[in-house]
Amino acid sequence: MNGMVLRLIVRCLLQAVLTLLLVSAGVFFITNLLPGDAAQTALGQAATPETVAALRLQYGLDLPAPVRYAHWLGNLLSGNPGMSLVNHVPVSQMIGGRLPASLTLAAVTALVSVPLALFLGIFSAMYRGSLFDRVVNVSAVSMVSVPEFLVATVAVIIFAVKLRWLSALSHAGDAATLGAFIKAYAMPVMTLCCVIVAQMTRMTRAAVIDQLRSSYAEMALLKGVRRTRIVLRHALPNAIGPIANAVALSLSYLLGGVVIVESIFNYPGIATLMIDAVTTRDMPLVQACSMIFCAGYLLLVLTADVVAILSNPRLKTR
Amino acid sequence: MSKQENGRHPSEGTLITGDTLEHAHGGFTRRDMMRTLLAGSIMTMGGTGLLTASGSVMAQTGKRGGKMRIATQTSSTADTLDPAKTAHSTDYTRVHMFYNGLTKLDGKLAPQMVLAEEMLTNDAITWTVKLRKGVVFHDGKPLTPADVVYSIMRHKDPATASKVKVVADQFESVKATGPNEVQIKLTSANADLPVILATAQFLIIRDGTTDFSTPNGTGAFKVKEFTPGVRTIGVRNENYWKPGLPYLDEVELFGIPDEAARVNALLSGDVHWINDVNARSTGRVKSTPGYTVMETKSGQYTDLVMRQDVAPGSSMDFTLGMKYLLDREQIKMAAFRGYAVTANDQPIDPTNRFYFAGLPQRPYDPDKAKFHLQKAGVLGSTIPVVASVAATGSVDMAVLMQQSAAKIGLKLDVKRVPADGYWSNQWMKVPVGFGNINPRPSADILLTQFFKSDAQWNESGWKNPQFDQLVVAARGETDFNKRKAMYADMQTLIHEKCGLGIPVFIINLEGVSTKVKGIDPVPLGAFMNYTCAEYVWLDA
Repeated sequence: MNGMVLRLIVRCLLQAVLTLLLVSAGVFFITNLLPGDAAQTALGQAATPETVAALRLQYGLDLPAPVRYAHWLGNLLSGNPGMSLVNHVPVSQMIGGRLPASLTLAAVTALVSVPLALFLGIFSAMYRGSLFDRVVNVSAVSMVSVPEFLVATVAVIIFAVKLRWLSALSHAGDAATLGAFIKAYAMPVMTLCCVIVAQMTRMTRAAVIDQLRSSYAEMALLKGVRRTRIVLRHALPNAIGPIANAVALSLSYLLGGVVIVESIFNYPGIATLMIDAVTTRDMPLVQACSMIFCAGYLLLVLTADVVAILSNPRLKTR
Repeated sequence: MSKQENGRHPSEGTLITGDTLEHAHGGFTRRDMMRTLLAGSIMTMGGTGLLTASGSVMAQTGKRGGKMRIATQTSSTADTLDPAKTAHSTDYTRVHMFYNGLTKLDGKLAPQMVLAEEMLTNDAITWTVKLRKGVVFHDGKPLTPADVVYSIMRHKDPATASKVKVVADQFESVKATGPNEVQIKLTSANADLPVILATAQFLIIRDGTTDFSTPNGTGAFKVKEFTPGVRTIGVRNENYWKPGLPYLDEVELFGIPDEAARVNALLSGDVHWINDVNARSTGRVKSTPGYTVMETKSGQYTDLVMRQDVAPGSSMDFTLGMKYLLDREQIKMAAFRGYAVTANDQPIDPTNRFYFAGLPQRPYDPDKAKFHLQKAGVLGSTIPVVASVAATGSVDMAVLMQQSAAKIGLKLDVKRVPADGYWSNQWMKVPVGFGNINPRPSADILLTQFFKSDAQWNESGWKNPQFDQLVVAARGETDFNKRKAMYADMQTLIHEKCGLGIPVFIINLEGVSTKVKGIDPVPLGAFMNYTCAEYVWLDA
């Protein structure tokens, strides 16, 4: 079995490299279609043909697009993601400051949301149709339908403006003590949990119920096995595959999709960095960010696949 | 020419408060006057080293210590410490923490000396700048003429990509003429040089600086942290050359792009001062104890631009008709919720000392509009109008005009385009569209950059030789009365002939904690024209 997992991982890695290459080419050529380039955007209203030309020369934008792409790709392969066009700081340095913040936020949110979602999902599947199940379902649907900027803004108004318990802003770097850490992360994490817990709960519930409906679960029930044992011993191991995929999808959102939460709480994460890069047409930074998002997504999906295979009881008995 | 036209304007001979100096010395020769005018602003600073009269008041009541946090409406990875590249309020506020200019502007937009001790000229072409002694950079090196020469001349090099390259092109030469003296030679007379040098881009940096990762200025704060797109933290410069200043130990500056989040951060006590408050939020801020809304009237405007080099703007009747279609009161109430001042299709606002109050206000008049538009032959046809959120309030203005136009049989097709790329691809390129112009420090800069026939940003492609002559003549004129009369003529010409409809001047709104003391607004930009960190203190 180990050989099979290894083969799978190698195949996935090769696919990942190919995907990254295609994505980088796609992102590069699509962003080139956007109106204006880094030189024009930097000068804004103050752009004159003379200064734009000088700046383009400085940025290397006078070269044709395919040459610039090849140049960037070559540098990347030698481990250098290049210099930011806009402020002449190495891209690695800019990302180095932001990525850990994003990963911290994602990790804390995952630590809170994944166990919560699994617990809610499994229990509502076990007690399908009960009051608990219905409450969980209704609140999950309503949480998914409320946009996160509303959740975040209402939370800020209640906990920061009215009650003054928490800070309306969240500077990752200032969280030195545990108290400060909780104060800084409570609201962003809560907001993000509202969105992803609901999704994961519903997917988990559906996956477990799907297994409970199958004939082997019915057989176990007829044999007089307790419901907890049916769920935990029989249904759950078979449901782990789809659950892992649901979790992976939700978590991949935490890396690049949290721009609203980042901007409302002024959290210095990588999603805002990417938005900045696109608005200033800072191509090396756009490319680097999209590579990270894409790699993160592929990594999560790969992990989910491996988990699904390892947990599959049918493969275990071989 | 100016003499002949002077007589026509009621403004002539009217005493203008705030400019008594020029009148008191009205009998002097032009040369004496200029010297006195500039010496006057220096004398008010006195030998105490404090800048203004209000500065000495601050010294008595100001409180040392504390950390102030400022949140602005924008921040990105394009944030910079290079004065030449500064582009918006966050940048201006940041560079003013670390650098000083040769001059600065006071509450009436008149220049005051800072690193310059005096600026002397006889003809407004050749200027002698005496530098203040005993000023040191953060790295301990003293301020020398070479620093000033470098700081000014670098703007002329296209590779610097300076925002003020067009302004800097009028510097013919800048050279050191003594141990503490710099001579600036202009290509033509400009009495506003001290005003120009007060803009953020002309702040003084060390000779030869090319790396702007750490600011080395003479300013009131030294950098503790600067992360583009995240935040800037400045700590008190203990060796600052102005005794007693700054009061604050530390200033933190960052951007919160979302307006609601910015207001919440203020009201939760996380920040002390925010700019760009939406008129919608003023009620909320005012009703919360401990916070106030600061209104600053300024020359910012959003204008209807009708290109005069293409149809339909090439017809004078079309431009006039459209100007009569602007319902200024409605625009003021609907687009700006009352936080605007009625304007009169010319760009000099009432806070400016050259504002011409005698110009008759153009009303909203659908009948006159119909008359002119019929004459232009556009009634019954469809005219595309391009609007975007990039030009504040333009979408609302376009929709209001569309309704007024429909009543007289003109169909306006409002094309709403994204803010992204608006300034490079739509602005000044479409026949009928909108612009948004930030206040400029002087009337001359505004008219030269936006209205002269050869102006880079001549929005409507307006060409008028008489106006061009007036701009150049007024620029070199050192007699205030004559100058004011010339500006009145220029405002009349723009009002009547230019392809711009300027309905209102927008009032800037800021939210401030009442703990912040020593605020002295400047009608040009937020945060006391971005210099607040140096002067305010916190009252806990």
